[in-house]
Amino acid sequence: MECKVALLDGSDFTLNVEKRAKGQVLFDKICDHLNLLEKDYFGITCRDVENQKNWLDPSKELKKQIRTGPWNFGFNVKFYPPDPSQLTEDITRYYLCLQLRDDVVSGRLPCSFATHTVLGSYTVQSELGDYDPEELGSDYISELRFAPNQTKELEEKVMELHKTYKGMTPAEAEIHFLENAKKLSMYGVDLHHAKDSEGVEIMLGVCSSGLLIYRDRLRINRFAWPKILKISYKRNNFYIKIRPGEFEQFESTIGFKLPNHRAAKRLWKVCVEHHTFFRLISPESLPKKFLSLGSKFRYSGRTQAQTRRASSMIIRPAPLFERSSSKRYNMSLSLDGAPIMENHETLMKDSAADGATKIITKGDIITTVTTEKKAEEEKAQQEDARMDAVETQEPTATTPLRHDTKTKDEQPAGEEPKEEEREATEAAGYLVKYVVDSIATDLATSSGPHGISLSTTMDDDVFMDGTLREVDEVSERAEMKVSPGAVRQEVFQAISDKKGTLIILKEADDKVDTEGEETSGAGEEEEPVIPEEAKAEENEMLSTSKEKESISEDTSVVVEAKTTAVKTQSPKMEIKTDAMTQIKGTDSSKKAMASWISEVVKSEVISESTKEVKQTKASDALQQEEEIFTFEEVQTEQSKSSLSPITVSESSTTSLAVGSAEPEEKMVVATETEAAPAESTGPTGIDVVEVGTKEVPVVHTETKTITYESAEVDTNGDVDPGVLLSAQTITSETTSTTTTTHITKTVKGGISETRIEKRIVITGDTDIDHDQALAQAIKEAKEQHPDMSVTKVVVHKETEITPEEGED
Amino acid sequence: MAGLMSGFHYTHAVVRGIPASLAKEALRSSQSEVDLAKALKEHEAYVEVLGTTLGLEVVELPADESLPDCVFVEDAAVVCGDTALITRPGAESRRRETEAMSRALKDLNLNIVEMTDENATLDGGDVLFTGREFFVGLSKRTNQRGAEILADAFKDYAVSTVPVLEGLHLKSFCSMGGPGLIVIGSSEPAQKALKIMQQMSDHRYDKLTVPDDYAANCIYMNLPNKGHVLLHPTAEQFPESAKVFEKLKDYMLIPVSNLEKVKVDGALTCCSILINKKANV
Repeated sequence: MECKVALLDGSDFTLNVEKRAKGQVLFDKICDHLNLLEKDYFGITCRDVENQKNWLDPSKELKKQIRTGPWNFGFNVKFYPPDPSQLTEDITRYYLCLQLRDDVVSGRLPCSFATHTVLGSYTVQSELGDYDPEELGSDYISELRFAPNQTKELEEKVMELHKTYKGMTPAEAEIHFLENAKKLSMYGVDLHHAKDSEGVEIMLGVCSSGLLIYRDRLRINRFAWPKILKISYKRNNFYIKIRPGEFEQFESTIGFKLPNHRAAKRLWKVCVEHHTFFRLISPESLPKKFLSLGSKFRYSGRTQAQTRRASSMIIRPAPLFERSSSKRYNMSLSLDGAPIMENHETLMKDSAADGATKIITKGDIITTVTTEKKAEEEKAQQEDARMDAVETQEPTATTPLRHDTKTKDEQPAGEEPKEEEREATEAAGYLVKYVVDSIATDLATSSGPHGISLSTTMDDDVFMDGTLREVDEVSERAEMKVSPGAVRQEVFQAISDKKGTLIILKEADDKVDTEGEETSGAGEEEEPVIPEEAKAEENEMLSTSKEKESISEDTSVVVEAKTTAVKTQSPKMEIKTDAMTQIKGTDSSKKAMASWISEVVKSEVISESTKEVKQTKASDALQQEEEIFTFEEVQTEQSKSSLSPITVSESSTTSLAVGSAEPEEKMVVATETEAAPAESTGPTGIDVVEVGTKEVPVVHTETKTITYESAEVDTNGDVDPGVLLSAQTITSETTSTTTTTHITKTVKGGISETRIEKRIVITGDTDIDHDQALAQAIKEAKEQHPDMSVTKVVVHKETEITPEEGED
Repeated sequence: MAGLMSGFHYTHAVVRGIPASLAKEALRSSQSEVDLAKALKEHEAYVEVLGTTLGLEVVELPADESLPDCVFVEDAAVVCGDTALITRPGAESRRRETEAMSRALKDLNLNIVEMTDENATLDGGDVLFTGREFFVGLSKRTNQRGAEILADAFKDYAVSTVPVLEGLHLKSFCSMGGPGLIVIGSSEPAQKALKIMQQMSDHRYDKLTVPDDYAANCIYMNLPNKGHVLLHPTAEQFPESAKVFEKLKDYMLIPVSNLEKVKVDGALTCCSILINKKANV
């Protein structure tokens, strides 16, 4: 088949591909033709029947994507790199420039007169080289297009600037061009027409950082990817589920009306792709069994992190290429033009309510759930009709903005709340309790040990231990100030090869699985499983990364992501250890029991080789480590206080826990030195020898507590506890971590203070790099609460020691 | 470049004299008696800081008795880079303030954009330019249409709207205190507005919270040879907030008295329009 591809320089490239060729074949051929190696930022577009641009799916056959008409395509930038200077090759930047020039001239990328001038002048320098009146003549510039409405005045200004660039190479000019273009507010924003719940015309803009909502030219809301839990579409509605704000209990789902089903799907796809490309380390793997019902659509290309790694390996000499003259005179109309409507409050109100992203959920995951029509478009109508039955479960388009997810899905009147929910709504988050609960959840039929009540006590103990015992003084201080946004890019590279550092998440899907079953069992089908017909209108549920997502809308929708991770400036600590020995009576036996229990959990959860959750309870595995990260984030009254050094102290306690079988007391004095949670070094956790004994008469628990405290905790400096305004505890969990967030809001002397205490329990064996986990947790906490500062970090580490070791 | 990132380096300031009518007729949200003589003295000191202390070229427009609020020039125009948007002030009685301002800015060779739409209102006091983007307070004085016109005038920048539920203007409780640093009052509406701004932005801002909302209105500049300069309210006026400013290191801190003008809702930023002429190509 003959394909005609409109290239970025305005020329057409004609080539032949096999009839059954997939998109990738065409894409690779074009990139070869263009001599482009950093391909992943680009894509192929084709126009559909409505003349809308769609991105070709490289994994699908072309002929399935082109229904009608000739095979005409466009080659375009799909993902605009936020920092083009990080591109490896000049030729890549050149193509990006060409795209941006088209964006500017077409009006898609609005800019001021001054910016038109500057961008134009670099364009001229890159295309024509140094200003030379003899060679160029005086009117050389009007052949080029710089702006939608190009004036003589603009051309003169461009020329004035052009004169000053003598000696600048084309590549340099392009770098300057991009440095200016990337700052424009609409750089890389893919706009989609939509209406909000009240029918007000708005635009949804998808970009590297999230979803932007515009009304006319005004930004009226913004949802950064980490704020979005789920994206879905249904018919011509597009939904985003938002993490609860600081003082909200529940997620809210916001719905938008797109012009039609295709538009909704197109927007959904673009969101999935942008999120994957910019936020994830690697594209998610294909869904497992029960999930495979849904749309197969996934972003299958490389993510930005991957493409950067790949391009850092490019070793060819910089290719020579010719910069062709702008052939573009076509000026497509700006997309902007939404009429002015009456004041639109909803989104604003929502933004106020959501204004604070204070929530436990860690990292960044979006579960994209959608109903996608895989059948022919013509079937759409009849399918829609069939879907009406299911429709009721979805937020309706007229009132999409509400918290109905909770009311409807979670607390069906008269229905017995799930155990997990009940737990979650209890006031305090108890560490092991949730570990234990996770057994119950993970194993739907849980026959596991239900030592739940026990664990409550245990938690208290642990926590007390963790906070009260701060013994030694620091030797080094931790610089905790991180600007999350700024590091994100390095982060991608730093951790791209470090999947699964924090949590072993193989169970994630199983968990989803189980919960899904529970969900349907409870009759609250958010994702109804439709037999047979499902082929046409399917549900898709995909956890965008390898993490887990609690689909049953419990308060603790949790998500754990590695994405945001790690190149944090992690607290460097070199800590003098003070060993304390503590023998506890009943408490420790309780603790031991609890440990025992959670250990059982671990033996299931961690055994990822088997990937089987439903396993025997035989507790072979011996080591058990828990880390409790207690974050106290205090909203600083002064931004500068976040710069203050953080004191680090550590006390290491070895407490003796007595197991049920044989009361035998042993003292273990542990002297540990915490290594700095390095960006990419291996695990530095405590090395515990694994012993595969079946009988475990004694459980030795080593407890270690490290407290990092900001020197300047509270600017008010008083001990006045203030008036408590609100308190809230939210617990979220994954297979191996449990996060308990306790948010209190108090008023002290007229100043309201929000204090967030976050307790993260990581249960697992030594394979977990706890230091990394800590660094990650701190970073995430900082990212979630950019306006707060970390004032205290307490690491409480409880390690079970094998009998052999104990006897040493 | 001219358009982008033209933050905080200023060469010129436009101010205006205080008419005697200010004492009685200027709009105010509280019933306060203004001591005209004191107000005049205060303003004189303010202008002197800009001109003498900081070495800006000050353009002083004469007071107009028929415009009691005319000293608050900030509301009449928004200048960013080489573009000046002449506003359409929300208060009917203040509309004519823009005439003299428009002329003065034209004389400074700025590109003038007029807000002609009769449905639009915008007070400059509702416009917070952070150096990277605009936030426009939707207040009693500024409406959506006004914000849209501002977005059209400054196309390079994101313009986000922030509801101002209490107080006169957005900048009645916040201002820039440095590149990427927002000074914010500690009242609930102020903190809420800050949250919204943080959510709406692709950029990260630090904040400096001061106990008094009004004290959060400061003037920040970055001047050659002087570095960070912050004009802030005096300790006499806001003792607690003043302590906070003192913690700003490496800043040239200039306390400026504003006891009288505050009675007619005038904050520090209200009394000048700052312009960077050198940035203009």
